[in-house]
Amino acid sequence: MSAAPSAEEVLADLPPTAAVWCSGLRKRYRKRTAVDDVSFTVGRGEVLGLLGPNGAGKTTVIKMLLGLVRPDAGEVLLLGRPSRDPRSRAKVGYLPELFRYQPWLTAAEVLDLHVRLAGASVPAAERRECLALVGLADRTGDRVGGFSKGMQQRLGLAVALVARPEFVVLDEPTSALDPIGRADVRDLLLSLRSRGVAVLLNSHLIGEVERVCDRVVILDNGKIAAEGTLTELLGQRELRLRLDKVDDAASARLAATGTLTRDGDLFTVALPADPDSGTVPDLVADLVELGVRVHAVEPGRISLEERLLDILRTGTEEHR
Amino acid sequence: MIVLTMAALTLREAARRKVLRALAVMTFVLLGLSAWGFHQMNAEFGGLTSGEARLAASIVLNLVMFGLSLIAALGTAFLAGPTLAGEIESGASLAMLARPVRRSSVLVGKWLGLAVFGCGFVAVAGLAQLLIVWITMDYWPPAPATGLALLAAETTALLTLGLLLSSVISPMASGIVAVGLFGATWIAGVVGWVGHSLNNASVERIGEVSRVLLPTDGLWRGAMNAFQDPTLLMSLGPGMKGHPFMSDASVTWTYLAWTTLWVALVLGLAGLAFRRRDL
Repeated sequence: MSAAPSAEEVLADLPPTAAVWCSGLRKRYRKRTAVDDVSFTVGRGEVLGLLGPNGAGKTTVIKMLLGLVRPDAGEVLLLGRPSRDPRSRAKVGYLPELFRYQPWLTAAEVLDLHVRLAGASVPAAERRECLALVGLADRTGDRVGGFSKGMQQRLGLAVALVARPEFVVLDEPTSALDPIGRADVRDLLLSLRSRGVAVLLNSHLIGEVERVCDRVVILDNGKIAAEGTLTELLGQRELRLRLDKVDDAASARLAATGTLTRDGDLFTVALPADPDSGTVPDLVADLVELGVRVHAVEPGRISLEERLLDILRTGTEEHR
Repeated sequence: MIVLTMAALTLREAARRKVLRALAVMTFVLLGLSAWGFHQMNAEFGGLTSGEARLAASIVLNLVMFGLSLIAALGTAFLAGPTLAGEIESGASLAMLARPVRRSSVLVGKWLGLAVFGCGFVAVAGLAQLLIVWITMDYWPPAPATGLALLAAETTALLTLGLLLSSVISPMASGIVAVGLFGATWIAGVVGWVGHSLNNASVERIGEVSRVLLPTDGLWRGAMNAFQDPTLLMSLGPGMKGHPFMSDASVTWTYLAWTTLWVALVLGLAGLAFRRRDL
């Protein structure tokens, strides 16, 4: 007869909780609703991109997750603990959009302070490595007051990473960085993902998000306008054709394949996410049969930028 | 643990910011001037009787101590502002408060650091002043430790108020309002003295009420009483009650208990305001 498993064993066997789970977050500043009924999850080891126009409520959502802003409604679980409990933030690293560190401390002292506040034990060599990782190896003993904006943002990245986080929140992490710095951040994000660290990334640089994020949440006017994996959001493919002698029957044939847009002799047909292998050759054969002269056929994929603009514009129209 | 980390950080901030240098310069100027003044007083009024000399030393010592308490008040009030409101405004508190810390621990840590700084300043500068008077005028106050402790308590009360203000308003405004209230309470004390001299009970009550609302003036009066020559009031009579630079009574235990409660209440209020604040 085997003994019943202890509570610890039962807990250990459970799958790890999500890095973040939030539900029904709402925040009003006087008469303006900043965040309205926002819910999403960031899985362990997942990189989630938070996108949206200025004033969409991205930073407010991030601050509510971290207990910096009190939500009017809604719940947050951070690494399995309610965010009311400060211990929920023990394994969280954060680079704020407004990154400022005590100007009267040196870079190394700022890191020491954050290691102490996090209650972590990180050897001095590892702290130095962390500064080296963001390119501040030779500035460890310099006062932060003398740092440029870009260097302060690099320091902010080191602060976010120093206490061995399991979840990292980066709010506009490359806003003050040069192109090399941006590339460094991209590599950093990929290395975090490979180590199973969950990341919530708020960035205006869509290309950056498209390259590193597994999933994207798009906020507009404080609400979630769209969310999904990149394949789900960008799954829509399109076919661009340059044609002439297109009559009504040919137009009908094109429209039957997918949503049709026309600009002179350039026709664009939206295709389903996983089009049948015969869809394109069949369409071309039918068009030729209908007497259409086919000059060019090229497949295209909608970029995240186009998709984002599409979602935001449609959303804006709906609000009107 | 977090409280001690924050207290150490606040002390380091005080030591590295320009405010410490400004404080040191002001203190040296005041101590230097008072040393010169006491020396001149002794040299030029050599014909004073010992009683007259004690009277002069007592009053001038209280005057200089008032200057010191004002420097301490200015210093801590202008440190308390930036350390909380300034960090909230600049964004420096965002990364720190996203750590697994309670805001109340951060606040108490900052309070502790400021209190240690303020009390340390009062102890060092005050003791230096007492030594100057002792060397130049051969006057040693009856209860120097009590006097310095009351000055330190006065500084602590004011910095606690500064912290409360800086949890709700901007850094500069909180410093100005704290120092303004400190000055207003002192003036209310003087107004009370005028009321007493004119036998007007309602005007006299202004001083008493203000001493309850903000205990800085009451503590200052207790400190003066500890520094001045005890025979002084006997020779000058009861008309001196409430005099801005002489005090007729030492601080009561009830008043000290109220001061402790006041500091705890104001710190609690600051904690509440800070906890509810969106960053």
